[in-house]
Amino acid sequence: MLADIMLGQYFPGTSVIHQLDPRTKIISTILFISSIFLAENYQAYSIVAIFVGIIITLAGIPLIMILRSLKPLWVIIMLTLLIHIFTTPGTIVYVLGPLTVTQEGLHMGLLMSLRLVFLIVISSLLTFTTSPVTLTDGIERLLKPFKKIGLPAHELAMMMTIALRFIPTLLEETDRIMKAQMARGADFTSGNLLRRARNMIPLLVPLFISAFRRADELATAMEARCYRGGDHRTRMKQLHISRRDWVAYGIVLLLIGVLIVVRINVK
Amino acid sequence: MSIILKNINYVYMKKTPYEKIAIKNINIEIKHGEFVGIIGHTGSGKSTLLQHLNGLLKPTTGIVSVDGQDINLKGKTAQNAKRSVGMVFQYPEHQLFEETVYDDIAFGPRNIGIEEEEVDRRVKKSMDFVGLEFDQFAKRTPFQLSGGQMRRVAIAGVIALEPAYLILDEPSAGLDPRGRDEIFGQIIKMYKGTGITVVLVSHNMEDIARMANRLIVMNGGEISLDGSPLEIFRDCQAELKEAGVDVPPLTELMNKFNQRGLAVDHAVVTMDAAAQSIVAAVGRR
Repeated sequence: MLADIMLGQYFPGTSVIHQLDPRTKIISTILFISSIFLAENYQAYSIVAIFVGIIITLAGIPLIMILRSLKPLWVIIMLTLLIHIFTTPGTIVYVLGPLTVTQEGLHMGLLMSLRLVFLIVISSLLTFTTSPVTLTDGIERLLKPFKKIGLPAHELAMMMTIALRFIPTLLEETDRIMKAQMARGADFTSGNLLRRARNMIPLLVPLFISAFRRADELATAMEARCYRGGDHRTRMKQLHISRRDWVAYGIVLLLIGVLIVVRINVK
Repeated sequence: MSIILKNINYVYMKKTPYEKIAIKNINIEIKHGEFVGIIGHTGSGKSTLLQHLNGLLKPTTGIVSVDGQDINLKGKTAQNAKRSVGMVFQYPEHQLFEETVYDDIAFGPRNIGIEEEEVDRRVKKSMDFVGLEFDQFAKRTPFQLSGGQMRRVAIAGVIALEPAYLILDEPSAGLDPRGRDEIFGQIIKMYKGTGITVVLVSHNMEDIARMANRLIVMNGGEISLDGSPLEIFRDCQAELKEAGVDVPPLTELMNKFNQRGLAVDHAVVTMDAAAQSIVAAVGRR
């Protein structure tokens, strides 16, 4: 039951997008997200849409997965649409009781919710095409310059990696302890809220103990192998910026350039 | 009086790309009073099979019945039948949570609504069974005990439910030889003393050879051998090899003697008996 949970949403593949350096993908995503705010008319939006479409195709992610990533934020998208439709002043096209629908509102609502959709799709593409570990690697390297102002970049990344690593382990452990206590007559599913919370104690206490024990063992094991943080550490998988990555940056900058031109020229 | 598994199949994560058949076509009867050893290498379906015996897993197809009662039906009788099968998981000490040894052992009996007086009797009895001095341990916190002691507390917690069938999954894993001997000594004592039915999963063939009177070998989710341990060790070495398990070193040694023409007795499980048999065989020459 618990083992069925999928970790993250990484979709393994070998596409160009998958092969990009994680840093490139993170920075390009940030650049793209800011560039969306340059777009404010349908022409610019179509350019952005085509761009997103090309990336999805290149990454080889099934459309159904993309749509699924939109699902949790569906409510926010709809809310954005409705608020804009009903609150923007302008030429009235329809009256619905105290609410008025304006032409400007329809435009704004559509553009704003599309903007949200693009934001979500492009950031999901980042997690679809980058495995969690690679992603943390990328984040670590990007945060490195901030070490000078006291940001523990390596430690943060290590914590993220360890946390990710232990999610399946702890799920398995939960499953086992649950079964063991059920075999001793424990009941996790019936009763009111308070009772159910109290019934969780036989599960939570052993789980915490085991998590602490694992943390302790892991710390000892790391120390035994002379682990001592970021400085002078070498890595098994070196991040490598290749020509592909420069091309990617070029394309993103080109997109930004085009969007600026469209913004200035098309009114 | 027996646990009967009829045509049991179990499929993990059915209808997903990760679908995997864990066990298939399992038909066994575990009779009252048997001491069954189950072996098989990692992933052979042992644990999955065990969890069917007390309803923790419901078979994808097939019927599990305990003393004639299908345990996967709803209702009180099915529930009671399920409760007559006690289950000791691997590393059972990981499930301890109460403040005192006493309370942890009493957790099971209290859950099934047993009177406090009877709970007290059962706690004392189970602690006695696993060799924990009541006065010395009952009020202590389980988390300050040694690994072997913690495991005994956990086993006592299952015994306190007074099951008719006791299932143990690798009860000696991670213990030192002394702790292992103690645990097994207590299991044997209990088996002989109460007539409880025991199902024991172990990687250690010697333990199984010494204790079990029936051996089941699992391979690839199926039962590949089922019979008396000594016969299986003597006659089915090819099958054992295929299942990825080794015969006990002692049996292996005796087999080698026989191959070299020294007629020793295969059916020995202790070092002393082996020594005597070798001495006798040499004497005959």
